[in-house]
Amino acid sequence: MENSNAARTDNSGETLRQSECVLSLEDLKTHFITREGLVKAVDEVSYHLDRGETLGVVGESGCGKSVAALSILRLIPQPPGKIAGGKILFKGRNILSLAEREMQALRGNDISMIFQEPMTSLNPVLTIGQQISESIRLHMGYSRKDALDRAAEMLTLVKIPEPLRRLREYPHHLSGGMRQRVMIAMALSCEPLVLIADEPTTALDVTIQAQILELMVELKEKLGTAILMITHDLGVIAETARRVVVMYAGRVVEEAPVDMLFGDPRHPYTMGLLASVPRLDRSALAARPARLSEIKGIVPSLHELPKGCFFAPRCPHADARCHSGYPLWDQIRPGHKVACWYSRQIKGEA
Amino acid sequence: MSQHAPQEPQSQASGGTAEESARPLLEVTDLVKSFPLQKGLFSRRETLVKAVDGISLYIQPGETLGLVGESGCGKSTAGKSILRLIEPTSGSIRFEGSEITGLSRTEMRRYRQRMQIIFQDPYSSLNPRMTAEAIVGEPFVINGTSRGRERQQRVASLFERVGLRPDTMGKYPHEFSGGQRQRIGIARALASMPGLIICDEPVSALDVSIQAQVINLLMDLQAEYRMSYLFIAHDLAVVEHISDRIAVMYLGRIVELTDKRTLFTNPLHPYTEALLSAVPIPDPAAGRERRIILRGDVPSPIDPPPGCHFSTRCPEATGVCRVETPVLTERFGGHQVACHLR
Ligand SMILES: Nc1ncnc2c1ncn2[C@@H]1O[C@H](COP(=O)(O)OP(=O)(O)OP(=O)(O)O)[C@@H](O)[C@H]1O
Ligand SMILES: Nc1ncnc2c1ncn2[C@@H]1O[C@H](COP(=O)(O)OP(=O)(O)OP(=O)(O)O)[C@@H](O)[C@H]1O
Ligand SMILES: [Mg+2]
Ligand SMILES: [Mg+2]
Repeated sequence: MENSNAARTDNSGETLRQSECVLSLEDLKTHFITREGLVKAVDEVSYHLDRGETLGVVGESGCGKSVAALSILRLIPQPPGKIAGGKILFKGRNILSLAEREMQALRGNDISMIFQEPMTSLNPVLTIGQQISESIRLHMGYSRKDALDRAAEMLTLVKIPEPLRRLREYPHHLSGGMRQRVMIAMALSCEPLVLIADEPTTALDVTIQAQILELMVELKEKLGTAILMITHDLGVIAETARRVVVMYAGRVVEEAPVDMLFGDPRHPYTMGLLASVPRLDRSALAARPARLSEIKGIVPSLHELPKGCFFAPRCPHADARCHSGYPLWDQIRPGHKVACWYSRQIKGEA
Repeated sequence: MSQHAPQEPQSQASGGTAEESARPLLEVTDLVKSFPLQKGLFSRRETLVKAVDGISLYIQPGETLGLVGESGCGKSTAGKSILRLIEPTSGSIRFEGSEITGLSRTEMRRYRQRMQIIFQDPYSSLNPRMTAEAIVGEPFVINGTSRGRERQQRVASLFERVGLRPDTMGKYPHEFSGGQRQRIGIARALASMPGLIICDEPVSALDVSIQAQVINLLMDLQAEYRMSYLFIAHDLAVVEHISDRIAVMYLGRIVELTDKRTLFTNPLHPYTEALLSAVPIPDPAAGRERRIILRGDVPSPIDPPPGCHFSTRCPEATGVCRVETPVLTERFGGHQVACHLR
């Protein structure tokens, strides 16, 4: 296991710099053609991942986080989907121009993904053992027997008891959190260079979640795996991510080092998001307001986006300028940028 | 309760006399659900997984009971058994005072609209061939309560209340994001204004702002119509916010049950303590030292350890814990706990 793919990680003898970029999205546009019109699910999204780092992605439900992630693996159904522009560079090569055969070699091998909804990616008629070992055989070249052993080992790592028995079961015999861990086991078993984790711990209790996050950190430290961590759980972001990207209605609206995102957020959407978190450490149980704070209003329709800032219709600070033009990037400090006309004025109101 | 309510919740509890309001809406006693296991290659004996191993609980009208516990401990199985979506192995379930375990399919139909569930896995619980509008509007079709434009308007207003754009009603489940699908499931459960909703991880796929909106909505409906919820979730801050009382499960059994204030300020069971200590805090500056990491093997429901199920990982377990099953007993002020040591 240790040296099975050593050559892959050291990029043909090149010395690995501290901040080597392994994956970057440049102005990615992923659109869907629907009966109602063109849905711009992802529109000019750019972010990058350095080797061995964890990048957090947060944003309103439906803002395009999963579609961007699926675009990286070229798993968007076409039609109705279409990558309408931009580039996805993996170690400098544009994934979008690879042949499907080359893409297959990359998928689940160099880049693997923990899908948001386990049942969308687990095959209901194959046993857990068949699914994990098949993926290990395919990507790591193990024999049938070794692959099954490795599958059992992976289930143990993700804290599933009685792994040998579980290997014989079908997905519907497992609990929601177990299915999620089976998928995590599959994604980790191939020792990827890039791990895309789309809401990987939603079905896990906090104790198992802590152990799974630790497992990812180990992978990162051992192999230099870069992790794209998509999650609604800001606690998980705070614990794992180095930098964070905030998305709204198909676009990135803020990017910041993790402590700046929590300590000095500049986009009003980010501020609203942080204010909505119910927190145990602050609730003090009695002094808590009866209602949670929420961001008023509703997301714009993705096929009739407003002319100005997409968040303007819901923004408490918006004025005429916000409604007429999409804001330019404002670089607050190194590694911290925000797309808001008033990013300097409304600071400190978080 | 408002006199001008658009639709009263479908509950027979007429509310009023003290006697009636003291009667729980749901009363579960010694509920057991076991599944037969895939037989091994060489074993002829059929083994059973006791997913739910004798749980008892009640929920009052207008009350929320939180249900938390380790992944795989039997929460979803308990929820589905209570609604008889899967057949309980044994035990009693009383809804509005009537035993529902013996009822036939047709007799059960009377209760179906009054007891709803928000499924943990929205993807497999939504019919891929129906539009979101048809899915959410189904209860109106079954009840025959509204049709045509009126039905469409009611679905649209449900969409808005869960933060979905009504102009997306015509889409099919696969055309939505994970969190949007989850909200379709919530809207569907709310459509029939049930007396009881089993909420199985209802907000796990939602960003915190929409999560706040949905939780506020559930609490508003509860205040207005006295809906009751069994609220299963891993996010303890959410559970703390919405629940009146909280039950903690471990490997098929309830190990602690009390009002939320007591649970968070004075937990008694060592598992509850470990659970509370592991909550991630949304602040990178927060310390990590408070966390109690559970060592030892995670036990399996197929072959649970004798005595206390938690004894294999309990930092304090002694001899008696490994042989004798602790019974859930009441300590003071209704605080129930199953532990030899506390
Ligand atoms: N096949 C499709 N056809 C049409 N629209 C689609 C399709 N798939 C996704 N969309 C739309 O694209 C948008 C982005 O979806 P995506 O799944 O990326 O959201 P997300 O940010 O991952 O949200 P969540 O947090 O809820 O998972 C959504 O508004 C969704 O409705
Ligand atoms: N249809 C089934 N056949 C066999 N075993 C099952 C079935 N459904 C559930 N189980 C088993 O019952 C146990 C409890 O599962 P359940 O889904 O109730 O857990 P849970 O507490 O909801 O977990 P999670 O938090 O991960 O969703 C698990 O060991 C699971 O494998
Ligand atoms: Mg998603
Ligand atoms: Mg479950």
